[in-house]
Amino acid sequence: MALYSEKVMDHFRNPRNLGVIEDADGVGEVGNAKCGDIMKMYLKIEDDTIQDVKFETFGCASAIASSSMATELIKGQPVSKAMELTNQAVAEALDGLPDYKLHCSVLAEEAIKSALEDYESKKNKTE
Amino acid sequence: MKRIYADNAATTPLSPTALEAMLPYFREQFGNPSSFYREGQLAKSAMEEARIKIASCIGADYKQITFTSGGSEADNQAHITAAALGRSQGQMHIISTAFEHHAILHPLKALEKEGFRVTLLDVHENGIVDVAELEEAIGEDTCLVSVMFANNEIGTIQPIAEIGAVCRKHGVLFHTDAVQAVGHLEIDVERMCIDMLSASAHKFHGPKGSGFLYARKGIRLRPLIAGGAQEKSKRAGTENVAGIVGMAAALTESNARMCEQNKHIAACRDALIAGLETIEHCALNGDREQRLPSNVSFCFEGIEGESLLLLLDDKGICASSGSACTSGSLDPSHVLMAIGRVHDVAHGSLRLTLGEDITKEEVDYIVQAVKEVVERLRSFSPVWRDLCTGKAKHLL
Repeated sequence: MALYSEKVMDHFRNPRNLGVIEDADGVGEVGNAKCGDIMKMYLKIEDDTIQDVKFETFGCASAIASSSMATELIKGQPVSKAMELTNQAVAEALDGLPDYKLHCSVLAEEAIKSALEDYESKKNKTE
Repeated sequence: MKRIYADNAATTPLSPTALEAMLPYFREQFGNPSSFYREGQLAKSAMEEARIKIASCIGADYKQITFTSGGSEADNQAHITAAALGRSQGQMHIISTAFEHHAILHPLKALEKEGFRVTLLDVHENGIVDVAELEEAIGEDTCLVSVMFANNEIGTIQPIAEIGAVCRKHGVLFHTDAVQAVGHLEIDVERMCIDMLSASAHKFHGPKGSGFLYARKGIRLRPLIAGGAQEKSKRAGTENVAGIVGMAAALTESNARMCEQNKHIAACRDALIAGLETIEHCALNGDREQRLPSNVSFCFEGIEGESLLLLLDDKGICASSGSACTSGSLDPSHVLMAIGRVHDVAHGSLRLTLGEDITKEEVDYIVQAVKEVVERLRSFSPVWRDLCTGKAKHLL
């Protein structure tokens, strides 16, 4: 019995949407190095749709896989849909996480929401 | 892909000699040592021969060796025995160190709840106890000093003979958790003034589930398991005969090879340390000189240990880490915290503990693999980005 599902290991070994968007419309960072997990999300949004998303993560395999999966789940989605992303959806898409690693999927949800909130607040300022 | 096993502090493969010695006691010599007929007495004499062999490896008398299920049981029994003696004499103070194994720290927590006062000595940045500080901590009410022989995570070797001498001078019992040292370092309980010592067979190529507790003459061990009269009523339950025989064979072999093997392992360790130190912003954990020949422990900035281990596993390397994710709690290893590594850095730790069959080529391969994996993880670490862009300050 492996520690992680094949999907988690796949996203850990080959993370999707890795990197930085220099002129991002929304950036979110959650977690702290003290706890051992930090996720940073970058969003490019046009017509209220997530055109592009990139991430950087410091953390364990499930943190890296959760960030990767979260970006996959929201890419191309309308902002309203992305706002509804839950940690359960992330964990399920990864074919489950060990109980004590579920907080990694929570962190991924929070990172996406934080980036979306950043986008909304920037939008409100310019309007 | 060839696998490189570099986690010998976790466990070691069973020596073929030990396996051969054990096999008859699963089959034809299956007797219970407590039985009076021939089969039982054969098992008993095998067990007593093992006791003599083991005792001679640490300079003890065979009567002073009690077999246990391993290091944790021996540690628990030593502490419970010393605490009972202390309580009977109104001495309710125990001295130990901040970086002991949990098999010491958890029983101490329990004893604290029962009214004992526990002093955990600082182990400083180099991971070594200061004997003067230890002596200062000893009071009229101190019933036990317990200091590990060598640390399991950072490999630092403690000044055991000096500590023993100080304890003897003050008439305080001295226990050492020697799980990482037995079979790897020379031990003489008489010369080192050790009153109690714990050991575990699977750390020196013996079988799992077998260990022993040495207790100096005059110390009456309190049983943790009540029942039959086995081990002179100090440990009830039918003895693990095959395990005991295997432990003795493995220890005899390890002790005989120790000198020669340690030279080779230490040379590989030093090459590995030198290779890993070429990676930027990393630091060796624990003293460079006073460390086990097999132990290499590092912290790397900007990365997390579990990811490091899994990517090394993909490259065929078995290693361990003291990160929170691998410790099963939210905090990184208490050992790394004890030597002053802050959380951010302690999460990025790596322990490699080498075996006797390690080669220079394998060392080179490990160095290259760790370099690649650290670089890869740093390439998408927001912590590393902040360090590189000057947003955060390097700690290493």
